[in-house]
Amino acid sequence: MESLTESLTGLTLDLADLSLREVNQTLHQPTQNHVQILNPNGCHNLAVGLDAPITVEIDGHVGYYAAGMNQQASVTIRGNAGPGLAENMMSGRVQVKGFASVSAGASAHGGLLVIDGDASLRCGISLKGADIVVGGNVGSFSAFMAQAGRIVVCGDAGDALGDSLYEAVIYVRGQIKSLGADAQLEPMTASDYAVVTELLSKAEFDYSAQEFKRVASAKQLYHWNIDAQQDY
Amino acid sequence: MQNASPKLFSLEASAGYDPTIISYIQNAAQHGLYEIRGLGAKRRLPHFDDLVFLGASLTRYPLEGYREKCSTKTLLGTRYASRPIELEIPITIAGMSFGSLSANVKEALGRAATALGTSTTTGDGGMTSEERLSSKTLVYQCLPSRYGFNPNDLRKADAIEIVIGQGAKPGGGGLLLGQKINPRVAEMRTLPAGVDQRSACRHPDWTGSDDLTIKIQELRELTDWEKPIYVKVGASRPFNDVKLAVQAGADVVVVDGMQGGTAATQSVFIEHVGIPTLAAVRQAVNALEEMNMKGQVQLIVSGGIRTGADVAKALAMGADAVSIGQGVLFALGCNSETYLQDGEHHPAIEDYVKMGTAPTYCHHCHTGQCPVGITTQDPILEKRLEPEVGAARLRNYFNTLTMELTTIARACGKQNVHHLEREDLVALTLEAAAMAQLPLAGTDWIPGMPSR
Ligand code: SF4
Repeated sequence: MESLTESLTGLTLDLADLSLREVNQTLHQPTQNHVQILNPNGCHNLAVGLDAPITVEIDGHVGYYAAGMNQQASVTIRGNAGPGLAENMMSGRVQVKGFASVSAGASAHGGLLVIDGDASLRCGISLKGADIVVGGNVGSFSAFMAQAGRIVVCGDAGDALGDSLYEAVIYVRGQIKSLGADAQLEPMTASDYAVVTELLSKAEFDYSAQEFKRVASAKQLYHWNIDAQQDY
Repeated sequence: MQNASPKLFSLEASAGYDPTIISYIQNAAQHGLYEIRGLGAKRRLPHFDDLVFLGASLTRYPLEGYREKCSTKTLLGTRYASRPIELEIPITIAGMSFGSLSANVKEALGRAATALGTSTTTGDGGMTSEERLSSKTLVYQCLPSRYGFNPNDLRKADAIEIVIGQGAKPGGGGLLLGQKINPRVAEMRTLPAGVDQRSACRHPDWTGSDDLTIKIQELRELTDWEKPIYVKVGASRPFNDVKLAVQAGADVVVVDGMQGGTAATQSVFIEHVGIPTLAAVRQAVNALEEMNMKGQVQLIVSGGIRTGADVAKALAMGADAVSIGQGVLFALGCNSETYLQDGEHHPAIEDYVKMGTAPTYCHHCHTGQCPVGITTQDPILEKRLEPEVGAARLRNYFNTLTMELTTIARACGKQNVHHLEREDLVALTLEAAAMAQLPLAGTDWIPGMPSR
């Protein structure tokens, strides 16, 4: 099969010739440590459910849920990503060189998601422990109900950042248009600076942690009470 | 001589301000908070009770009860999945979370379901190892909150159920009050212990049915197209919702009527949002028939299924299976005066009184103080429900339902419970006739339809 080329440097899968099913099935039982995927052409559900310590490089744009529920693998997308990039990721690393659409990193439990460009609405929604680093801006409602994990935004944040936050923490370098219910600005501590420095270096961004502010939960919605009645 | 006539009291009851409404207003005035409670709608609604079977007669031959076979086997998820679900009976256990239920209860459900050859379902809180081990067929829910949701458990599941909504609260998210969030529940949900958990009402990574199509494909790709994918909707607009779910690629659609239960929801939601199961089944079946998908996409109906007669009526109306939640809780001992621990019955009434209620009235699952050890995470209370005892009771209950179901099917001359059909049914009330689109008993009149 021409489209499935094995070489010393790894395996190349070409979506111009192979079906999505064939590509994902191959990725679920990888025979090589490195896989390159050509001609994704915006297709949905590419490289979902990986569970092996392999590197995957996707040359082009991807549609919905690229690298969804990733475990162990390191996936790089040389293009833009559609909604739900790396949703529910458990471990490993997913990086998009371009922009990410809505709900990037939704409910991700672990691993690192790096978005070199901007991320749209609801980035890090329901986050459950993963780390997200965004080189550009994030859209409104980012980190909505985020429960655990860290989000580093090198650009600006839109409206209602961190609405109904639980224990996740957001670091923003630029402007915050508005904070959501129960989110508050808090002073940066030494450990915050260390976290931001570490994540920036993992994502290979060259900013100083000193430029970031911390947003976390005010914890006023943690218990059902009369003062919180509108929010329940 | 003294007047001996009895003293007369003026006791004129009000229909508008009955004791329930008076206590509602007084509670609101005292607390300034709406009520959150468990179980399902308590008001009277048009239901399967308002239908009867016609039974065999000169025009239909009945089957002999003890000699002639009546099959109850049920196949779900035949549309796309390479491994459809095969069940011995068309009665399944509805999704109820570990968190709302104790781990013991989840284990009891799994054991009973396995012995009965039916399925049980996870809930809003992930899969516990106890329930996976004890359940032969386990349906794994994908909910808006995604608590504990992970690809390892997804691969371990036998089917996947994407929950759009729930009959008790179509349009609402889950609630689990802090008192039920013990360290294990907290860890599974990635939340601090003791904090109120408010689940989202929308999925975090998709909106609308076009997105759902892609989401379903993602779950299929992830699991290599093995597992049936169910889509569960709370009954509000089931005709359109069922069509959209089928269009999006569901193998099975689950429609949960407003009688469906919950572990904790605002009572205004439970009683005032959604439509009765009876109306929902008819609309769901109409949708499948209009799309020519009856038989290809299976329909599971839930929400107030209590008896074998309810099961038979749901099947006759066109459901392929039913799902039971509250009936399961009652079978385990919910609302009973005693609990069975270490082989002895112990009184529980005082514990009901502590919560301000009494057996038969309790709907206090949200408190985590369940007097019979079902909806609790309290280490002392949860021991009141021993998995073996619970499993045995549940087996008895489901066996009873199955016997009733086959009794009715035989009486209608069917060798297979799935052969029950709507011609076997008539309605006793106008409301039921209109909602179920069945003739009023003794007539050929279906409200809203031209006379035959
Ligand atoms: S007895 Fe337990 S399960 Fe039943 S309603 Fe009361 S608290 Fe809920």
